[in-house]
Amino acid sequence: MFRFVSIQKIQTIKDINFMQKLLLLGDEAIAQAAIDAGLSGIYAYPGTPSTEITEYVQRSKEARAKNIHSTWSANEKTAAEAALGMSYAGKRTMVCMKHVGLNVAADPFVNSGVTGANGGIIYVIADDPSMHSSQNEQDSRFFGKFALIPILEPSTQQEAYDMVHYGFEMSEKYKTPVMMRITTRLAHSRAGVLRKEPKAQNEIKLPEDLRQFVLLPAIARKRYKLLLNNQELFENESENNFNTYFDGKDKSLGIIACGIAYNYLMECYPDRNIPYPVLKLNQYPMPRKMIQKLVNECDEILVLEDGFPLVEELVKGLLSVGLKVKGRLDGTVPRDGELNPNIVALSLGLVVTAGKNIPELVVGRPPSFCSGCPHADSYNALQDALKPYGAGRVFSDIGCYTLGALKPFEAINSCVDMGASITMAKGAADAGLVPAVAVIGDSTFTHSGMTGLLDAINNKSNITVVILDNGTTGMTGGQSSAAFGKIEDICKGLGVEESHIRVIKPLRNKHDENFKVFEEELAYNGVSVIIPRRECIVTLNKRMREKFSQKK
Amino acid sequence: MKKDIILAGVGGQGILSIAATIGLAAVESGLFLKQSEVHGMSQRGGDVQSHLRISDKEIASDLIPGGKADMIISVEPMEALRYLPMLSSEGWVITNTKPFINISNYPPINDVLAELDKVSNHISIDADQIANELGSAKSANMVILGAASPFLDIDFKILENAIRFLFKSKGEEVISKNIEALNAGRKFTENKI
Repeated sequence: MFRFVSIQKIQTIKDINFMQKLLLLGDEAIAQAAIDAGLSGIYAYPGTPSTEITEYVQRSKEARAKNIHSTWSANEKTAAEAALGMSYAGKRTMVCMKHVGLNVAADPFVNSGVTGANGGIIYVIADDPSMHSSQNEQDSRFFGKFALIPILEPSTQQEAYDMVHYGFEMSEKYKTPVMMRITTRLAHSRAGVLRKEPKAQNEIKLPEDLRQFVLLPAIARKRYKLLLNNQELFENESENNFNTYFDGKDKSLGIIACGIAYNYLMECYPDRNIPYPVLKLNQYPMPRKMIQKLVNECDEILVLEDGFPLVEELVKGLLSVGLKVKGRLDGTVPRDGELNPNIVALSLGLVVTAGKNIPELVVGRPPSFCSGCPHADSYNALQDALKPYGAGRVFSDIGCYTLGALKPFEAINSCVDMGASITMAKGAADAGLVPAVAVIGDSTFTHSGMTGLLDAINNKSNITVVILDNGTTGMTGGQSSAAFGKIEDICKGLGVEESHIRVIKPLRNKHDENFKVFEEELAYNGVSVIIPRRECIVTLNKRMREKFSQKK
Repeated sequence: MKKDIILAGVGGQGILSIAATIGLAAVESGLFLKQSEVHGMSQRGGDVQSHLRISDKEIASDLIPGGKADMIISVEPMEALRYLPMLSSEGWVITNTKPFINISNYPPINDVLAELDKVSNHISIDADQIANELGSAKSANMVILGAASPFLDIDFKILENAIRFLFKSKGEEVISKNIEALNAGRKFTENKI
C-alpha cells in the first residue's frame, strides 16, 4: 500500500483528499473496500487473476488487528461454503476465485441464491477473457444470472471499491448473496482509489428463521419463490444505482457499454464528447427501463461487453425482430478475446492509427520451468521410464507442471480442470490404456484430486499417480499448500498400499534411481503413487533471501 | 501532459520496479495514473509487458490504444521490438542492448540491434555494462529508467525520491546504488540528444 504524499506538501484541502488516495490494483481496491466495509472473513483458493484480493487481506496490518479470517481454503467449494457459514452467523464475508473456480463452487454458489444470506456475502469472480492464464474464457455473469442474484461489474478501481460497500448493504437488505464480476484488466491494473470511513464488523446474529438455510424441498420451494419475487426488487436497484444513462445528440446509434468496456469507449473520444446516447452498464439484472429508453430513442444498438455476448443476446432476442443490434454476434466486435480501445474504435467506424509491424526476426518467448525447478527432473525420469510403453498416456492437471506440455518436454497429454488428471487416467485405464499416468501438483491434489484417487482405489485401477510435491501453490506465486506434510497419510488413508507410495527426490544426480522407481510402479498392476518431493525453487530462493537479510 | 508508456522485458528483469518508481513519482507530481500489469502464467521466463499511463487529466482506458504509445521502455532489445505496433510514429524506444537469451532460437543480436536502428527515435544503451561498472549489476533496470527520464516530463528529483521510498526497506546502500544507476542512465541520454 502506497501513501506517497509528504506531510510538508499538504497545504490545501485538495492535498488532504489526495493523501487518502491509495494506488491500488483492482484486486487490492476490492480487498481494502471489504476491510473498510466491516469484513469478518475472506475465503479463497488462489487463482489468477483473483489471488491478490486475499493476499492483500493477509498482508494488511489493519485486517490482522481486526482479526479478519484470511487463510486459504482447500478449494473454491470449501471456500464458498465456509463463507456461507459466516454469513449464517450474521457476519460480512467475501469469497474470491477465478472464473473456472466458480465451476468448482457452483453447488454452494447456486444454492446460496435460494438459501439467501444473513450477514452480507459477496462472491468476487475474476474472469480472464483472452485466456492470459486460464483454460477458457467463460463469462461468470451467466452464473450470476443462473443463480438469480444481483451482479456488480465495475469499470474502474474506484467503482470496485465503492461497489463492495454497496454490495454488502444490498446483500443484507435483501438477504441475498451478491456477485461482483471483474476481468483480468481491472484486477491487475493500478489506479488511485479514495477510501471511505471504515465500518465496524457485525456482531454474531443468527438468521431470524432458523430454517432459512435448510433446503429441504418444502422449504426450498418457499425460498425459491422468495428469490423469484426479489427479481423485481433487484431490477429496481439496477435502475437506481450503478447504471448510468448519458444522453447524446446523434440517435442513429445507442451504445450499451458494460464494465471495463466503457473505459475503452471513452478512450475513443479524447474530449469525452460521445455523440451517441450511452448506457453505462455496471449492475444486473439488466435495467429494463433504461434499455427500453435507449432502444426507443436510437435506430441501432451497439453492445460492448468483455466476455460472452450476454447483454447482446438478451437485447437482440433469438430472432432479432425489429431491432438492429450490433456486437460480437454479428461480427462488429470479434467473437472471442478481450476488448481494447482499438477494437472498440473500429466497431464505431473510427479510424485507428497503427504502429509498425513486429519485425520478422522477433520470436516467441513462451513461459518455461524456472532454472532449477524440480518438475523438470521429475519429467525427465518419468519420460525415460515411459519409453517402452510409447507416448500419449500422461494425464496432467493445472499448475506450473502444465508447462511440461511445451518443448522440450512435450510430456503431458491433458490439462482440463483441477483434479482431472487422476480421474481421466482412471477412465483411460478402464478403457484399456494401461498403464495410464496422472501428473498432479500437491496443492491441486488436495484441491480436487483426493476423491478421484479414492475412485481409482475402489476400482483397483491400473494407474500411476505422480504427485509433484514442491510444498507450495507455485503457479499463482507461492501460496501455502493445504497438502503440506499430509500427502502420504492421505494416500494411505484412502487405501493406497504402503509399498506403492514412493517418495523420491527429483534431482539430476538421482535420475537413475528415480527412473527405477518410475519403472517399477509403471509395471505394477494397481494404484501406485510416486511423490517427487523438492521445494519450489522460487519459494526456496525467497526463503534464503529473507534468511540472509535477517542475519544482516 | 500525457505519457503513454509500454514497459517491456522478460519475467524477473525488474520492469515492475520501473513501473512502481514512475507510478510513485507521478502520484507525487499530482498526476493521474493507470498501470496494467501481467501476473501468473506469463511470468515464468516469458515476455512481460506493462501499460503505464500518466496524465494531468483523468485516464479512461487501462490499456494504451495500439499505435499511440509515446514510448517503449525495455530492459531487453528483442522485447522492445515486440511492441512496435503499440508505438506512435513520433514515439521513442529506450532499450537495453544486452539480450536476455533463455530460448534456443534467439536471433543474432546484431540483427536485433540493426532493427532497433531502423526506429527513428531510439536510445539504445548497454545498461548491464553501466550497472556492472557501478558495481551493482542488479540496477540495470534503473539505468534504463534514467535513460528514459528526459522523456517523462517528471521532475528528476521526484524520481529519485520515489526510488528512496521504494527501496526504503532495503537499506541506504541499495538506495544510493539505484540512484547512481538512474543518474548514469540519464547522463547517457542527455549526451545523445
